[in-house]
Amino acid sequence: MEANPRSTGRLPAAFLTPGSSSFMDFLGEHSPELLPGKRVLPPVQGVIEAPHGTTIVAASFPGGVVLAGDRRATMGNMIAQRDIEKVFPADEYSAVGIAGTAGLAVEMVKLFQLELEHFEKVEGAQLSLEGKANRLSTMIRSNLGMAMQGLAVVPLFAGWDVDREKGRIFSYDVTGGRSEEHGYAATGSGSIFARGSMKKLYREDLTEEQALTLVIQALYDAADEDSATGGPDVGRRIYPIVTVITDEGFRKLTEAEASEIAHAVLERRREQPDGPRASLL
Amino acid sequence: MSTPFYVSPQQAMADRAEYARKGIARGRSLVVMQYADGIVFVGENPSRALHKFSEIYDRIGFAAAGKYNEYENLRIGGVRYADLRGYTYDRDDVTARGLANVYAQTLGTIFSSAGEKPYEVELVVAEVGTSPEGDQIYRLPHDGSIVDEHGSVAVGGNAEQISSFLDQRHRDGMSLAEALKLAVQALSRDTNGGEREIPAERLEVAVLDRTRPQQRKFKRIVGRQLSRLLGAADAASAPTEAPSDEETPEEEA
Repeated sequence: MEANPRSTGRLPAAFLTPGSSSFMDFLGEHSPELLPGKRVLPPVQGVIEAPHGTTIVAASFPGGVVLAGDRRATMGNMIAQRDIEKVFPADEYSAVGIAGTAGLAVEMVKLFQLELEHFEKVEGAQLSLEGKANRLSTMIRSNLGMAMQGLAVVPLFAGWDVDREKGRIFSYDVTGGRSEEHGYAATGSGSIFARGSMKKLYREDLTEEQALTLVIQALYDAADEDSATGGPDVGRRIYPIVTVITDEGFRKLTEAEASEIAHAVLERRREQPDGPRASLL
Repeated sequence: MSTPFYVSPQQAMADRAEYARKGIARGRSLVVMQYADGIVFVGENPSRALHKFSEIYDRIGFAAAGKYNEYENLRIGGVRYADLRGYTYDRDDVTARGLANVYAQTLGTIFSSAGEKPYEVELVVAEVGTSPEGDQIYRLPHDGSIVDEHGSVAVGGNAEQISSFLDQRHRDGMSLAEALKLAVQALSRDTNGGEREIPAERLEVAVLDRTRPQQRKFKRIVGRQLSRLLGAADAASAPTEAPSDEETPEEEA
């Protein structure tokens, strides 16, 4: 490595060369081996076994957007971790939740956070929400090689659009294809069930509190049907990670708040295991 | 070909230092000061967009006097250095001391390499600790030396005079409004001892606030919050009025 971050000497010329405001571009030029997408995988037989994160859900409400994820990571039929975090703040006004290969996902989030922060510091202004969503697209695209070997990372990105003054949700596929979702979205192995659940419960005029309950209901339904998704673990006091982004910025629910909603949902499921009913037309 | 004149190394260095100092002196001075909850940066800056102060990393801020394009270049280099280091190791491994060392090396090499024009900049790198004892302020003059400062520091053309003014009046545990007022007072003094008024809209103010819940402690103070702080300081200093309670909750930018 030509420029060594470990040395304490003079800043290498590349650091003082005017250039892009993107940290990824800088890494690509300066230390490309540190970019996750540039990693060369040895030829492997079959699928690489690594812990997988599962279900992430998001729902918007007038005034903001909610993003939540269950806590289970699985490796094959085993539970690899019971309290993994898959939902992270991306910056002050956005958050990202990731399903797929846990190790790569966490690394990608770290780089994505840094990318947004770096731009903000260099330019003195934040990227637009659209810009952030596109940046994430590029990162997933660079992971396509590994996705082909079974190491896919599929995020859900949600944020408050400061210019349009509304919460927005973006979903992605493994090739980096990006689509904006309206109302609600889910990704990961339990997403089919979560989406079905939200489809029946979602309304456009939800309050923040109702939106928070909605996503926990959806995660419960996903855990109910999908063995790779973990439900609220009352015994160990492990509850879903729930975050909400409004014009005041990103906020993660405290454990007490998340447990309160989870317990309310569990309480009602005890009487009605399949959950709330949508009224028939 | 004519024989070049012999210039003694002492003379060459003195000339370069003189050149850099003159460049720095053309700009306005700025002040970096400890207060109870962190470190405040105050300077006169008519521009809203071209900043003298900025965030380098979570707890580290940057201030510069002198030539804009040169310190901007160093600032971006510092952001790249900090982000790369934090990405390679951990966010906690990015320190003001490390950054100041890198800047000192960079400025020192530029200053003493005959092929390059010396940078006309003077930098301050500050890191806010979890308590006032943990605060670090480093001043980096144009020649790559490094000075570990405490309490308050001024850089720029009029720095010496401002520094001695501040040294006499700065004390530990000042509130933000008090520190801000003192800094503005110091900056308002001319070289010839007179005073002039600096309106709030010409002030650039930023803080590294250790009480901020976010990981990133750097925050610009602008608009209403700035006028309120300046107003609070005036009210507090007026002898007829009771000391004002300036601990009103601050809105987040």
